Amino acid sequence: MTVKYTEDHEWVSVEGDTAIVGITSYAAEQLGDVVFVELPEEGRNSNKGDELAVVESVKAASDVYAPVSGIVKEANSELEGAPETVNQDPEGKGWFVKMLITDPTQLDAMMDADAYKAFCADL
Amino acid sequence: MRYLPLTQEDRADMLSVIGANSVDDFYTDVPESARLPGTVPGLPDHQGELAVERYLTKLANKNVTASESAFFVGCGAYKHHVPASVDMVIQRSEFLTTYTPYQPEIAQGTLQTLFEFQTQVAEITAMDVANASMYDGATSCAEAAVMACRATRRKKVVLSGGLHPHYAASTKLLCEAQGIEVVQLPAAIDGELELAGAVDDATACVIGQSPNVFGTITDMTPVADAAHEKKALFVSVFTEAVSLGLVKPPGEMGADIAVGEGQSIGNSLNFGGPYVGLFAATQKLVRQMPGRLCGETTDAEGKRGFVLTLSTREQHIRRDKATSNICTNSGLCALAFTAHMTLLGGKGLRDLAVLNHEAACDLADALEAVDGVEIITPRFFNEFAFRVPMNAADALQGLLDRDVVGGVRASRLYPHEDELSNVIVCAATECTTPEDIAAYASALKEILS
Amino acid sequence: MSMNSQGRPSTPVATGSQHDTETVSGSKGLYQFEPLIFETDRWGKTGVDLPKAKGTKSRLGGVERAGKAELPGLSEPETVRHYVRLSQRNYAIDLGLFPLGSCTMKHNPRLNEKMARLPGFADIHPMQPQASVQGALELIDELATWLKTLTGMPAVAMSPKAGAHGELCGMLAIRQALISRGEADTRKRVLVPASAHGTNPATAAQCGFIVDEISADKRGRVDMEDLRAKLEKTDDVAGIMLTNPNTCGLFETDIKDIADLIHEAGGYFYCDGANFNAIVGRVRPGDLGIDAMHINLHKTFSTPHGGGGPGSGPTVLSEALAPFAPVPFILKDEDGFRLVEEAEEEAKESFGRMASFHGQMGMFVRALSYMLSHGADGLKQVAEDAVLNANYIQAKLKTVMTPAFDGFCMHEALFSDKFTAEGIETIDIAKALIDEGYHPMTMYFPLVVHGAMLIEPTETESKAELDRFCGALESVARRAAQGDDTLKGAPYLAPMKRLDETQAARKPVLKWVPPAPEQLAAE
Repeated sequence: MTVKYTEDHEWVSVEGDTAIVGITSYAAEQLGDVVFVELPEEGRNSNKGDELAVVESVKAASDVYAPVSGIVKEANSELEGAPETVNQDPEGKGWFVKMLITDPTQLDAMMDADAYKAFCADL
Repeated sequence: MRYLPLTQEDRADMLSVIGANSVDDFYTDVPESARLPGTVPGLPDHQGELAVERYLTKLANKNVTASESAFFVGCGAYKHHVPASVDMVIQRSEFLTTYTPYQPEIAQGTLQTLFEFQTQVAEITAMDVANASMYDGATSCAEAAVMACRATRRKKVVLSGGLHPHYAASTKLLCEAQGIEVVQLPAAIDGELELAGAVDDATACVIGQSPNVFGTITDMTPVADAAHEKKALFVSVFTEAVSLGLVKPPGEMGADIAVGEGQSIGNSLNFGGPYVGLFAATQKLVRQMPGRLCGETTDAEGKRGFVLTLSTREQHIRRDKATSNICTNSGLCALAFTAHMTLLGGKGLRDLAVLNHEAACDLADALEAVDGVEIITPRFFNEFAFRVPMNAADALQGLLDRDVVGGVRASRLYPHEDELSNVIVCAATECTTPEDIAAYASALKEILS
Repeated sequence: MSMNSQGRPSTPVATGSQHDTETVSGSKGLYQFEPLIFETDRWGKTGVDLPKAKGTKSRLGGVERAGKAELPGLSEPETVRHYVRLSQRNYAIDLGLFPLGSCTMKHNPRLNEKMARLPGFADIHPMQPQASVQGALELIDELATWLKTLTGMPAVAMSPKAGAHGELCGMLAIRQALISRGEADTRKRVLVPASAHGTNPATAAQCGFIVDEISADKRGRVDMEDLRAKLEKTDDVAGIMLTNPNTCGLFETDIKDIADLIHEAGGYFYCDGANFNAIVGRVRPGDLGIDAMHINLHKTFSTPHGGGGPGSGPTVLSEALAPFAPVPFILKDEDGFRLVEEAEEEAKESFGRMASFHGQMGMFVRALSYMLSHGADGLKQVAEDAVLNANYIQAKLKTVMTPAFDGFCMHEALFSDKFTAEGIETIDIAKALIDEGYHPMTMYFPLVVHGAMLIEPTETESKAELDRFCGALESVARRAAQGDDTLKGAPYLAPMKRLDETQAARKPVLKWVPPAPEQLAAE
C-alpha cells in the first residue's frame, strides 16, 4: 500500500487498482470544524482534477478534486451523520471515497509523505 | 436638515482632526469631469415634514382603496384583515431598524421569530422544512425550478396551464438564462393534472398550482406520483396562503418543494409589494435550498439560542457556486406573517379559510343568478372565474363606474387567449360583506341587461 | 404625635455579599424570559375573533386538507408581550450606532413609515383597474425621475425587489443586449474584482455567465495591469461588475478608463450601487460611463432594513441597455399613466418579467418621502456628512488600529487585523464591542484584506456619538494589541454568550418539534 499527496491537500492510498481518497490533516486543520461533506454517487466517472466532493465548515466551502481519474466505487456514508470524523481522523476513518483507478501512472507525479510534509512547511 | 445631526461647528472641528481643508478633499479621486459644481440640477431643495406629507397625501387620495369599495380583486394578492397588533409588532424599533441577524448574541429577537416562522410555514404547507422567506411568490417559484434542476442534475421544467402567468414568466426568465428548457402547457381552467402526462426522463420538475390562477383547486397527487416515477420533482405552488387552512396542502400531495405568496397573512396589499415568498421543501433537499435558514443551537453556557445556519449554500460564502444570489429577503414581511399566524393558530387559520370559502360561495351563488353569467371554475376556495356575454374589460369598467371593483379580466394576464376575453377572475374574503355581494350582483345585472 | 403610615428604607444599604445572578423565573430585571410560542398551552386555540361560519356551503369538490395545521393561537396580550420581549434581544439603529460597513445603517425617518401606511398606498391592489390607481403610478413615475436625475441615467427599471435582484436585472439586460447582437453564446465572461460582494459573482453565475476574478492593487483599487491582461482576449467578454465606491470604501480612480476599456472590448459596465450613498447628490454615475446600476433604496434612501428586508433595487440603465428593461414599466400619455405589462409592442425587446407585480411600492413611498424631505441640497449634505463621519473615525483610530489603505476613505473606514496580538482575531474585537453597547462592524469582508473590519457610521450620527464609539473601539483595540485573552470570551454582557454555529450546521434543527413522549414523562 502506498500513500501519495497532492498540492491541493488530498491524500490517496492505493492498493491494487483501488484508491482511497481523503483530505490531509493539514487541510482538516485549516478548514476548522467540518460540518458537512458532499460526496459523489457511486459509479460517477471522474477525471483527474474534476470536482469530486465538497467539504464545508461553518464559514467556508472547499471543493475536493479527484487526485486521479477513476470510477467512484464507494462513498464514506459514515460522514453523513458524523462529519466531525474528518477533523478527528482525516487520514483514517475520515476518508471520502474509494475509486477504481483507470490510470495508475498519474500517481507517479504525486508527492510522498516526506515531500508533502516539506511542501506544507513552506506554506 | 432635520435628519442630519452635525452642525457647521462639528464639521469644522472634525475636518481639523482629520487634517482636511474641506470635504472636497475626500472627493479628489473622482474624475474632474464628473464632479458637479453644485447640487444635482433639475431637483428641488429640501422640504419640511408638513409639505412632504401634504404632497404625498394628495397622491394617495387619487387612488381607490380596497376598503372604500366593494372589492373583488385577487389573482395573486388578496384583501384580508390584518389585526392591529401585527402592525404594532413590525413597527417596534428593534425589529424595524435592525439588520440581517449576523451577530446572533444581539439578534435573538429576529432569530427566534424566524425559527417560529419556519416552523409555521412548514406546518401549514405540510412540508419538512421552510426557509426564512424570499421576495415574493413568483421569485420563489423561479428559484424552486432552478433548485430542482440542481438537485436532479437535469435541465427541463414543465409549467402547468394554471400557473399564474407572472410566476411562469419569472420562472422562464431565470431558467432560460441558465440554459434550462421550459415547457409551458396551454392555459387551462382545470388542467393541473395534465402535468402527469408531460413528465419524461429529462424532466427536473413539474410545477402545478392549487388554487390555480383561475381559482381551481386540484388534488395533484397523481402529478407527484408521475414525477417521482421518472425521478423528477414535483413543485406545488399557491398564491393564496389562507387556502392552506382548508385545501389540500403541498405536503399532502407529495410535493418535494412548496412555494407561494405569503402576503395574505399579516401583510397589506401595498400595490404589489413588499410581499413575502414562502419556500418549503423535504428534508432531503434542505442543502439545495436558496435563502436564509435559521437553526437552533446553544451558547457557550448551554442556553438555547438561534443562528443563521447552512450558510455555505449562500452567495457571501459560495459566491459563483451559491444556490442563489439572494441576500436581503423579506424579513419584516415574514415578521408580519408570523405575528398574524401566532394570533390565528391552526384553528384560526382554518376558521378564516372557512369564512373565505363561504364568502366566495355566496358570491358565486349571487353572480350565477345573473342572466348571462357562467361560472367556469369547477372547484374553488375563495376565487373563481366566470364568463360574461360581453368583453370583460367593458364589464369591469361598468362595474367600476358603479363603485364595484369586480376582479381581474383574464385578458390582462393572457392577452393572446381570445377565448378568455370575456372571462373575469374574482375573489371574496372575510372582508367581503353581504352588501358588497349584493352590490356586485345588481351592478352586473344592470350592465348585462 | 400621630402616625398614619409605616416608614420604609429609602437609602441603599451595602449588604457586603454578592447575590446570585441566576433567577428562578429565567427573567432578570427588565430582561424577560420568553419561550417559543410552541411552548405555551395555546394549542387548539385562537387569538382572533371571527364571525361564526354558516357551515352550509362547499364548492371544494373534496380537495380538502386531511390533517389539521397544528399551531398554537395566542391571545392578543400574549402575542404583544411575546414580540415585545423578543424585540428586546435585538440591537437596532434606534438604540445606537450600527457601524456595519457596506450595509448603510442610517436613521429611518418616521414620516416615511407614516406615508407608506396611507390607505391610498397600502390598501390598493396591483391588479385593480389602472384608472383607479393613477396616484400610485404617478408616485412610481416621480420616484423614477428622481433616480434618473440623481444618477444621470436615461432609464430605470423599478421592479427589482432588492439589491441582488437589481444585479440580476442589470445582468439580464446585458445578456439580452448580447442576444440582440447575436453574441450571447460567445460572450460569456464577466470580470468581477476579488473584493466584490458575494452577490456579484452569484448573480453573474445565475445568468449563465462565467466569472473571471480580477485582483486588487496595493491601493485597494482594481489592478489595471491585471484588468488589461484579462482584456487581451476580447471576443468572449460580456462585461464587468464593479462596485463604486468599492467595498474597501474607496473611489475607483480609474473608473473612466475601466469603462472605456470594457466598452472597447465590446462589453458592458455593471456598477454595483450598494455604496451610492457616498456620492449621492455630488456625483452622477452616468457621468462615469456605466451601463447599469442598482440602487438599494434600503441603503442610500433609508427604507428600513427590517431584520433582513424587504429591500428594493431599482436599476438604472444606459441608452444601450434601456430597450431591454423588464416589464412592467409605466408610460404617460394624454389619458394619464399606464402600465406596460407584456414584453411586446412598445416593450418588444424587453427581457421579460422578474417578479409578481410592479415592484416594492411600500419602499417607493418611503424613498420618495426621504428624497422630497432632503431635496438636492440635503442629499448632497448626506453624502458629505457620511464621508466626513467615516474619515473622522479613520483619523481617530488610525494610530491604534491598522488602516487597510493609505489616504482618505469615502463613506466607510477599513482596517486590517495587523495590529492585533497573536491569537486575537477580528471576531474577538467585534464581540467585545457588543459588551460596550455597540453593534460590531462588518468583519472578514472584503476578502482582500486580512481580518477586515469595515466601519460605516453613516451621516445620521452626531459627533458626540462618534466620539463615544471611537473611545470604546479604541479601548478594545488596545486590549487586542496587548493580547488580552478575556476578549475571547466576549460578549459577557449580551443576552447570550457566543453561539455554537458548528453544532447548528452539523445537526440542523430548522423547526420546533414536539418533545418525545418519554421526554415529557421524565420532566
